[in-house]
Amino acid sequence: MRFTAIGRTAVTATLVIAAAACGGRGETGEGQATTSAAQGQCQGQQTTGITDTTLKLGGIYPLSGPASAYGDIPKGIKAYFDYVNAEKGGIDGRKVELVVRDDGYQPPKAVEEARRLVEQEQVFALFQTLGTPSTTATWDYTNQRKVPQVFVATGASQWGTDTEHPWTIGWQPNYVSEARVYAQYLKTEKPGAKVAVLYQNDDFGEDLFGGFKRAIEGTDVTVVAEQSYEVTDPSIEPQMRNLAESGADVFLNVTTPKFGSQALAADAKNTKWNPLHIVNNVAASVTVLKPVGFENVQGVVSSSYYKDPNDPQWADDAEMKLYKEKMAQYAPGADPNIPYHTFGWAVASSFHKALEAAPCKTREGLMESVRNLNNVQVDMLLPGVTMQTSADDAFPIESMQLMEFKGERWEVFGEVIDTRKEFGPLSN
Amino acid sequence: MSESTQVTSRAGAPPRGQAQAPGRRVRRQWIVAGVLLAAAIYAPFQLVPFHVFQLTMVLVYAVALLGLNVLVGHAGQISLGHGAFFAAGAYAAAIMMFHWELPYLATLPVAAAVAFLLGLVLGVPAMRLRGLYLALVTLAIAIFLVPLLKRFEEVTGGSMGLSLAKPAPPAWSGLAEDQWLYFLALAVAVAAFLLAAGLLRSRVGRALHAVRDNEIAAEVMGVRLSYYKTLAFAWSAMFAGVAGCVYTWVIGFVSPDSFPVTLSITLLAGIVVGGLGSLSGPVLGALFVMFVPSLSQDINEAAPGVIFGLLIIAVMYVAPTGLAGLAGRAANSLKKTLRKG
Repeated sequence: MRFTAIGRTAVTATLVIAAAACGGRGETGEGQATTSAAQGQCQGQQTTGITDTTLKLGGIYPLSGPASAYGDIPKGIKAYFDYVNAEKGGIDGRKVELVVRDDGYQPPKAVEEARRLVEQEQVFALFQTLGTPSTTATWDYTNQRKVPQVFVATGASQWGTDTEHPWTIGWQPNYVSEARVYAQYLKTEKPGAKVAVLYQNDDFGEDLFGGFKRAIEGTDVTVVAEQSYEVTDPSIEPQMRNLAESGADVFLNVTTPKFGSQALAADAKNTKWNPLHIVNNVAASVTVLKPVGFENVQGVVSSSYYKDPNDPQWADDAEMKLYKEKMAQYAPGADPNIPYHTFGWAVASSFHKALEAAPCKTREGLMESVRNLNNVQVDMLLPGVTMQTSADDAFPIESMQLMEFKGERWEVFGEVIDTRKEFGPLSN
Repeated sequence: MSESTQVTSRAGAPPRGQAQAPGRRVRRQWIVAGVLLAAAIYAPFQLVPFHVFQLTMVLVYAVALLGLNVLVGHAGQISLGHGAFFAAGAYAAAIMMFHWELPYLATLPVAAAVAFLLGLVLGVPAMRLRGLYLALVTLAIAIFLVPLLKRFEEVTGGSMGLSLAKPAPPAWSGLAEDQWLYFLALAVAVAAFLLAAGLLRSRVGRALHAVRDNEIAAEVMGVRLSYYKTLAFAWSAMFAGVAGCVYTWVIGFVSPDSFPVTLSITLLAGIVVGGLGSLSGPVLGALFVMFVPSLSQDINEAAPGVIFGLLIIAVMYVAPTGLAGLAGRAANSLKKTLRKG
């Protein structure tokens, strides 16, 4: 008996197809078993993945690959839902199951995993996709299928300005809002500021820097020098030299972590140029500042919107205490001081509130609710930062508070800046 | 039809010197290929859309691996940069559909031509370099590509990429979108396999084998090394480009992050695991590339990469000639046992 190449392929393919064919198209129709029929005013709405006692959510994160640091976020989310399931009886009596899949920060993998979660796992909603590329790759699909894709973990402003994807919504302050916060700070505290900007040459850098330029229009704050870099550049030394020559008195550091710490180090090394250093939130993690040396980054300014687990100011805060206790209980081995865990906890409790507020526990009801958030308090967010959306405002969080680096940690200062109030709604 | 019959017979034929009754073999392979194709046509009507989508991606990867197989398996060259050719095809199709709104079928030949030319140009170093040095040059292509795509933002959409509408099934077919995409991919894959098989049994194929087996001997026999090495690169790139084009249809979105360096490495791992130099290798490799990463994620959620790596090592240990060789080896050892008994 002899196998040929084609014969072998045939056998293997037939086996695979036979194995895959076990679930025929007719058998796994959209939402049975996991579905409870919606009644009353909610009649006719989608109830896939949700019953009176269960709720199934799917999340896509880079657990592997270059962006795998973000893989800590689902740990915080899981800890929150485990806690709610065990001690609060779930969300309105529904035990939450979160299925987390890895896309390695690659868009085609994200598409595959989104389809797996929606069609195979029959999830109620995609609760977070991480990263602008992965979210862009999947949102056509989720909107076509009318599956909620809520609180996506990326700060691009398109999730709120776009009108063709009503089933997708962001959560964290978008980059334009963040830029507005810095602009507002400079306008009031440093009138006549001359700003030098270093920015990453991609959508993130352009979103933030573009937002900043629009926000300072018509004020006496001016951009006197700008330099861009590519994510693949080995170093930003030349850019920093050019910026130093401009003689600006403010340096706006629009970078991702690796370049953020390079820019901080370069600024610290150059004793002749001592501008006010503003570093964006993405690169403001303590892990970025540490290699530069804490003594070199004193007085650096950034902004935030949720409570920093390392900040002793929150040591006696009820929510922070609860978070640390439940993290130890439900996610042993995960360090609660890593802000990504806190982020996960904050976004999970935001989802909890949004779903609780929905009169219809349906996919339509969830979207209705996340698009009509009325000053919703989330305890893990900074006091004064609330979630607010409406028909013409699809950005849940648009307020931030400035913080300054003192000693070995960030310290928030000033009032929470509500960019909606200061600059009006954000649109294209 | 006679051509495809011949093609399958030759492609699946054992190395020369092992005498066979040709007529019977041809007939049996013809039947097997037919059954396989029938199963492939029948599958999308039986499977849920998600599985149809997965099989579509398997076909896409199979076409790309087919190209890599021509280069690595048959011509004995190495490429760590095939993700770049794949991306070139994908972007060529995406740019045509996005900026010029060309019908999607028109993008296929152009994507193929673009990748072919690119392979031809980049194949030039292959004339002078060998082994590790060639590997490094091709790796550089893959690394170079991502920042390059981000530069020309007006054309490539920068790091935001380009979002496209997926090909809609024609009304007469009555198919769902996923089924239509599957059949498009299947048609392209079948055509690509026939083309590759035809190529390899032609003069070019024999020359490539000679180059692989012994360059000096090949040269003595009158094979122009530089010409055939460059040509192998070009053909190989063309298949990758075609795969990239179909990929664009299926995913409907391209961005630089879709084609990281790891894609090139994964493709190379796929063809080695699938089986170098065999016609079934690309299909098996594609199944491996598609299903093993998610399988390893099911095994261990925390470190899918580690499990994937371990599985590659395991496969190479159990089947040094790739999955395509495994079945043959198993059959041989079974035969030996039966004879002894």
